[in-house]
Amino acid sequence: MAKRIGKQTVKLQNPPSILSYASIVGPKEGQGPLGEYFDQVLEDDMFGEKSWEKAECKMLQETIKLSMKKANLTADDINYVLAGDLLNQIISASFMAREIQIPYIGLYGACSTMSESLSLAAMLIDGGFADYVIAATSSHFSSAERQYRFPLELGTQRPLTSTWTVTGAGATVLGTTSKGNGPYITYVTTGKVVDLGIKDQFNMGAAMAPAAADTIKTHFDDTGFKPEDYDLIISGDLGIIGIDLTQQLLGQMKLDINNIFTDCGLKIFDTEKQDTHAGASGCGCSAAVLNGYLIKEIINGKYNRILFMSTGALLSPISTLQGESIPGIAHAVTIQRTLD
Amino acid sequence: MILVLRNNDINLQKDYQKIVKQSTPRPTIFKNCILAFITGGLICDVGQFFLNYFKSLGIDPIQAGTPTSIVMVFIGAFLTGIGVYDLIGKYAGAGSIVPITGFANSIVAPAMEFKREGYVFGVGARMFTIAGPVIVYGVTSSIIIGLIYYLLRL
Repeated sequence: MAKRIGKQTVKLQNPPSILSYASIVGPKEGQGPLGEYFDQVLEDDMFGEKSWEKAECKMLQETIKLSMKKANLTADDINYVLAGDLLNQIISASFMAREIQIPYIGLYGACSTMSESLSLAAMLIDGGFADYVIAATSSHFSSAERQYRFPLELGTQRPLTSTWTVTGAGATVLGTTSKGNGPYITYVTTGKVVDLGIKDQFNMGAAMAPAAADTIKTHFDDTGFKPEDYDLIISGDLGIIGIDLTQQLLGQMKLDINNIFTDCGLKIFDTEKQDTHAGASGCGCSAAVLNGYLIKEIINGKYNRILFMSTGALLSPISTLQGESIPGIAHAVTIQRTLD
Repeated sequence: MILVLRNNDINLQKDYQKIVKQSTPRPTIFKNCILAFITGGLICDVGQFFLNYFKSLGIDPIQAGTPTSIVMVFIGAFLTGIGVYDLIGKYAGAGSIVPITGFANSIVAPAMEFKREGYVFGVGARMFTIAGPVIVYGVTSSIIIGLIYYLLRL
């Protein structure tokens, strides 16, 4: 068990290298502050398809194809694709796999799917079970909205605590250490489900903050790192309220990361100008920010080591109606430019 | 001071929910009420305009309500169809939900949304997902009120 350190963390002995990354986003995301970082910005969020579900699936497919192309690999080279999404029975990911024809492992971690798939991909490679693995996920504002909330044309007011589901997809191709020049995945901390009784589905930041705080605290306890060891700690879609609550919880646990802590959901949209209220959410949020912005900035040298932590609210429309509280989860992955 | 975040710790849950309450922005109730009042009033003005028009055609004042409702439902459905009603609703809130145009919106919006799942199990089955409960409890409460009224008159 030499690879396991602490309670929930794996230290990868042969850290997998990120070989390539790709992202495709919708029009609103393209107008946001990170617009120029994405590989492709759709002009039309239907992507030439007949339904939003089909559009989401195509977006995921095209992102994965693009990521393989950027790594000069074909589907035959890839050993596994790990993917998931928000829709019932993860149809975007499974229908993508129907087209792509790579051995497929479907995942559901709600909005935490990007770091979940990245963690598992890294462990598969470090374990020697694969040479090349793709981790990918997607979400679409309109397909998520109709499944979780109301029809789009219904005249309702969104509460100030609500977040805007990102239309976007991201894919990362990982390979064994010798196959690339970094950035590398070095640590993986798998989160526990934490639920402190929040029931408001329009305040998912509050529901996920305890899980985020728990995973960050555990990561530092397990690895012995100090906040100074990181240039950036970035959560998936906590939003303004979730970030604030996570900092308050960590403050009570005597861990101060406030000056390096931010959220993908606050990066991708201009919350004031684009009227997204508390921020952005969805699998595609952290996936697009990681594969559009973060990896690029690590390669450019802006960041040396980051902790990437997608956060998920594991609710369903049925559990909400039955009065259940919202279980939260967060998985953290350490990405660094060079191996020390 | 918290050491471990445990799911079944009732005190921790209570403390946390208190922090959440403090950290959550309050909805802008006063502003929402004013906007709802103005837009709701404007929609009613449009209704009154048509009511007066139908009365001026010589239709009996009580019966003139029917063509007025028909026109208002059409306007609500039309604005939903061209994607404008949800934009009004974003600012107006209850002001555009309560009038009969809001009722039209609540039926047309799901009908449009679920068209891709077919006309029977899509449009047909899902059309009343939002208006359905309103109809069920509207009819139920009118029966109860009717009974009470009847008994009081005995």
